[in-house]
Amino acid sequence: MISILKRDILLSFRSGTGFSLSLSFFLLMIIFTPLAIGPDHLMLKKIAPGVLWLSALLSCLLSIEHIFQNDFEDGSLEALLIAPIPLESTILIKTLAHWITSGLIIAIISPCIGILYNFEFKNLLWIFLSLLIGTPGLSMIGVFGASITIGLKKGGLLLPVLIMPFYIPTLIFGSQTITNSENGAEVASPFILMTGITALVLALMPFAAAKAIKTSLK
Amino acid sequence: MSFWKFSNPKKFMTLSEKILPIISVLTLLTLFTGLYWGFFLTPEDYQQGNSVKIIFLHVPSALIAINTWFVMLVSSLIWLVRRHHISALIAKAAAPIGISMTIIAILTGMIWGQQMWGTYWVWDPRLTSFFILLLFYIGYQTLWTAVERPDSAAELTSILCVVGTVFAVLSRYAVNFWSQGLHQGASLSLDKEEHIHDAFSNPLYVCMAGFILLFLTLVILRTRTEIYKRRISVILDKKGRE
Repeated sequence: MISILKRDILLSFRSGTGFSLSLSFFLLMIIFTPLAIGPDHLMLKKIAPGVLWLSALLSCLLSIEHIFQNDFEDGSLEALLIAPIPLESTILIKTLAHWITSGLIIAIISPCIGILYNFEFKNLLWIFLSLLIGTPGLSMIGVFGASITIGLKKGGLLLPVLIMPFYIPTLIFGSQTITNSENGAEVASPFILMTGITALVLALMPFAAAKAIKTSLK
Repeated sequence: MSFWKFSNPKKFMTLSEKILPIISVLTLLTLFTGLYWGFFLTPEDYQQGNSVKIIFLHVPSALIAINTWFVMLVSSLIWLVRRHHISALIAKAAAPIGISMTIIAILTGMIWGQQMWGTYWVWDPRLTSFFILLLFYIGYQTLWTAVERPDSAAELTSILCVVGTVFAVLSRYAVNFWSQGLHQGASLSLDKEEHIHDAFSNPLYVCMAGFILLFLTLVILRTRTEIYKRRISVILDKKGRE
């Protein structure tokens, strides 16, 4: 299992994307928003939680499309299917690899972004935590979407339409966590709810994704 | 005699052929009665005037919009467990009806909202969750059109529907958390006291029955069309091979 993890992370580096793709897209979004909205820093501070979460979500979507595509084309997905470890764990590992190259990096960089948007120093922790706990859920949902669209010709175009609605609960609770921390409101409840959704997704979705992959490979 | 007998396409076709004319006439009658009663024979509301009458379209279509997803969920589960093609086809047939009913519910709600709340759209939890429901329907429908092999299409859409249900419910409550609403509380209810006058509720019940019948008619009709389409494609395949 660890070898799959290593292999996936290595592959994403060797193919030239790795950390840089998701991260640079995330930074682009973050920098383009003030350019589009204007430099009014009170307004920017107000919309910052939403911008952070939307950017994280979109950059997660950006790289998810290829997670199975290469494996499907060169046949290694079939090898993984008959491998001695269950497909569900393979999926979980691939999700982890995807998260390390997108969500984790975004979460680590996000406190710096918080400074750009004039967040109070003590609230930077909540930005980091909400993205750290929320993005694995995003990766898992994305992997589920990718496993459904595996064999399709226009899978890449279809994927956002299919799974964007699934991101709604995480998006709402995640950005609410940051907003509440900034307004001095209660942070615990949206944060716990978001954690619950991530836990639910990680526990159950590999099974649905495995079923979808088996169907597509039939 | 078992209910599952009708999972045989041929049996389903013979039965539905008999039912279809009856249920269509019933639909027409109920809808006509309900809507005529609702639009022309009810008094004007003392606050809302004539615009209240849009509920005779709004409430039944919203009812169908939500329950269509439920029908899709049940038939997806039946497909996943028992692999009856009819049930997959019913789910496929129901989705576009769900889409149109959701759009009707949103549009009629917007028109009424402009009169009563002074705006076409507010980001009220219920409005927003209907919009989200529409997104779920569109994703589901897109997947049906994208997958070529009918069996894997049925399988994948069923998985999507089951997982989607969880997320649709989650989103609904997440949206409640996200904003407090303008919408009134439930007016019709099975167990609580109702806040609606009989003069309005009786035609409303008839309209709801009419919409349910309309839904059934359309589902049966569309499922039959799908079966014909499958048969034609099989025949064409055979011809192509010869």
